[in-house]
Amino acid sequence: MRKYASRIYLCIIFAILYIPILTLVLFSFNDSESTANFTGFSFEWYKKLFSDENAFIALRNTLILAVSSATLSTVIGTAAAEGIYKMKTKWFKTVVTSVTNVPMMNPDIVTGVSFMLFFAAVVGFFKIADYDDIGFFAMLIAHTTFCLPYVILNVLPRISELGNSLTEAALDLGCTPAEAFFKVKLPNIMPGVISGAVMAFTLSLDDFVISYFVSPSNFQTLPLLIYSMTKKTVKPDMYALSTLIIVTVFTLLILSNLKNFKNTDKRKKKGGKKA
Amino acid sequence: MSSIAAAPHIFWAVLFIVLPLLIVIAYAFTNAEGIFTLDNIKALKDYVPIFGLSIELSVIATFICLLVGYPLAYIIARSNPKHQAIYIMLLMLPMWTNLLIRTYSIMALLDDGGFINTIFNTSFHIVGTKGAVIFGMVYDFLPYMVLPIYTCVSKIDKHMWEVASDLGCNTITTLTKVILPLSLSGIISGVTMVFVPSISTFYISQKLGGGTFELIGDTIERQFVTGAYNVGAAISLVMMILILISLGLMNYFSEEGEGGIIP
Amino acid sequence: MKENNNNIVKPKVTYTDTKVVDLKHIYKQYDGETVLNDINLYIRDKEFVTLLGPSGCGKTTTLRIIGGFETPDEGTVLFEGKEINDLPPNKRHINTVFQKYALFPHLNVYENIAFPLRLKKKSEDEIRERVTEMLKMVALSGFENKSVSTLSGGQQQRVAIARALISHPRVLLLDEPLGALDLKLRKDMQVELKNIQQRIGITFIYVTHDQEEALSMSDTVVVMADGEIQQIGTPTDIYNEPKNAFVADFIGESNIIDGIMLSDYSVRFAGHTFKCLDKGFDKNEQVDVVVRPEDVDVVEPERGMLTGQVSAVSFKGVHYEIIVDIKGFKWMIQSTDYVAPEQFIGLYIEPDAIHIMKKSKYSGMFGDYSSFSDELDQLSDVESAEEF
Repeated sequence: MRKYASRIYLCIIFAILYIPILTLVLFSFNDSESTANFTGFSFEWYKKLFSDENAFIALRNTLILAVSSATLSTVIGTAAAEGIYKMKTKWFKTVVTSVTNVPMMNPDIVTGVSFMLFFAAVVGFFKIADYDDIGFFAMLIAHTTFCLPYVILNVLPRISELGNSLTEAALDLGCTPAEAFFKVKLPNIMPGVISGAVMAFTLSLDDFVISYFVSPSNFQTLPLLIYSMTKKTVKPDMYALSTLIIVTVFTLLILSNLKNFKNTDKRKKKGGKKA
Repeated sequence: MSSIAAAPHIFWAVLFIVLPLLIVIAYAFTNAEGIFTLDNIKALKDYVPIFGLSIELSVIATFICLLVGYPLAYIIARSNPKHQAIYIMLLMLPMWTNLLIRTYSIMALLDDGGFINTIFNTSFHIVGTKGAVIFGMVYDFLPYMVLPIYTCVSKIDKHMWEVASDLGCNTITTLTKVILPLSLSGIISGVTMVFVPSISTFYISQKLGGGTFELIGDTIERQFVTGAYNVGAAISLVMMILILISLGLMNYFSEEGEGGIIP
Repeated sequence: MKENNNNIVKPKVTYTDTKVVDLKHIYKQYDGETVLNDINLYIRDKEFVTLLGPSGCGKTTTLRIIGGFETPDEGTVLFEGKEINDLPPNKRHINTVFQKYALFPHLNVYENIAFPLRLKKKSEDEIRERVTEMLKMVALSGFENKSVSTLSGGQQQRVAIARALISHPRVLLLDEPLGALDLKLRKDMQVELKNIQQRIGITFIYVTHDQEEALSMSDTVVVMADGEIQQIGTPTDIYNEPKNAFVADFIGESNIIDGIMLSDYSVRFAGHTFKCLDKGFDKNEQVDVVVRPEDVDVVEPERGMLTGQVSAVSFKGVHYEIIVDIKGFKWMIQSTDYVAPEQFIGLYIEPDAIHIMKKSKYSGMFGDYSSFSDELDQLSDVESAEEF
């Protein structure tokens, strides 16, 4: 009885979560402009979307930004995690980690406006004629900054878990400190570094609020494009774009889960053999 | 490698985290000419009702998320491990779908001329009410409540239920006296992850509020879009302080709570 | 040196007189707490030295100072006569086998052992030759491509040793290397380590808290406590001639009794005057007397030098362990003959079974087995209570 109640509860919640999204997917195939009356199946809105140059530019911009901010935040964040782990002065360590976490705790809108004012000050201070000239870098800095705490959050536990023993062994066997880091420590914290990088990448892809306040007129990302599309009266092309994004997210999630399933299967088999 | 490795990050954090926040503070206490003034702070009293409304809606939304999300997390955590991965994936999918798309999808569904009113041939007026905004918040942020609680509940030793019933707990007391306190840290992070984006949203209220009322996020956005940076900065500052205080309080109480459970 | 085939087991001295490592007046503090207090110790070429002591005695810190992972606050570390205080570990001809092996999980067995040679950019042929040779030495031929995580504790241990030895260090440091192994494997590895050390002929500095391990493997044992060296000597010296109550108690079982040196070769304790082999103390000097449990003979009460009542007996396989109450002081006696609890027995102690030590700060802290028998009493109380 209780089991059925649980099942029904799950079904209701998932239905509520998915009905709006599925409706949106459905109407992206509508052959009329209506988003309420399904009049017939067509790919018209996809054709319209693919003929829209802006969509491709936004996609390209989004990917460039996500890749570069993920790379930058992963490099800085991994080094930072190593540095924070090695810090001996306790109060300093606390200050550094707290400041690092600020963009994670702060509402996005506050981070967004703080960057907007900051870059306005930069433009004024260096007498930059056109904000668009530094626009990409502003976006890159903003995205890297809010990704950093997540990279550190993923890498730091790995480093503390690994401890000092492997590094000491490497030094003992003749490594310089740098060699010890790159040849021994880095390969062993790689899973944390990769998950930090993936997280940074997806956060950057997904960000709307901070980009909204920082973006220059010549650098539009997909979330910003969607926002501008929702302001128009005719929206099914936005439905089509959203559907493509949902399908991509869905595929990526399934792929990563399949990998996890396979891994757990392997582990189970191994455990079985031992037992 | 020594702690020097953190140097680029510290440099970055000072330049791009601390400095921008200092600039927000500077704007909050100056006028358009850059001269010190308390006018922006004084002007805040006009926004007290907006703050009140934002707090009201986001507290309600957070509470509903907890009410709906806790049982969900609990059911998932106690279900067959094979199904768990699928349920979690089903939760992650909307979470990784952009917030704008999610919000827009419910708007399209609930709008006066939307899908529901069309197929059922009804004329419910939902979009433009507080209820719609609250629903939007719950819909958008529910996974953020469920996931941390799920992580926490699934880590509780399976024998805990047996131990509790062995010691004389029934289902209800097991939940309230044992499981709930043990999942407190998950609840705390879930509440944080729902409350912070809810109170600061401007997009949900824009779309689902139908432009009939303004939340604090909308106010900040409007100030900055219209160029009233100083007032906008003052409001942002107050919101930031409010949130940091509530986070601090929550952490304080959760630590106390934990201290009580595990002496 | 000639191999002698007679049956007398005598420690074979293989080390030379050259000092490889020399620690002079080493001090080290952590957060204001003194960890090492004036350590003076030299280690000779090809010597097997064990630093022995309870946890927190400073033995591992001493090892880490030699390895280059810590720098002393004061004092000098000499390596072959040259100061190396600030030389980083990668520049020292000293390698370490770490407590939990610290094998690199991302490399297989072959690459773990080849690691130091790869750093030196040796040719592939040389690497293969030397790794193969090392694997043979530690009896792991055929394990080249195994992942280190699939190896047993003992095998991981061997890989760690091979990896540390492949670059021909002058000194090998071993930090409780057998601590994670089970008893049987530990015994085998002790023999094997000693063999490896003699075969390759380099200095081993070994850290352990296991006194049996220390006694069976070492040329020289350094007993440490509270950041200070208590005694340096051969295993036999340390066992037979402990310098103070701490050493006597830590190495093996000891009854340590307050005594008074009446004159040379005559000591009074437990209300009886005994002949002994010790001399050179002041007249009537207060001393600590050590009597090893296995050196006491159990006799009829009327024939005993001391008499007492048995308060507990437990069977230990080879012998019985008997706790005897003699005037309120509980002695531990090991005997192959059974005596019954509550029975009155006599003890007979030969002069060479008595060892006299000067009083130290450890006097009165060790060597009384009363807490031991109290525990047993309590246990039996609980048992009888449950029976009712």
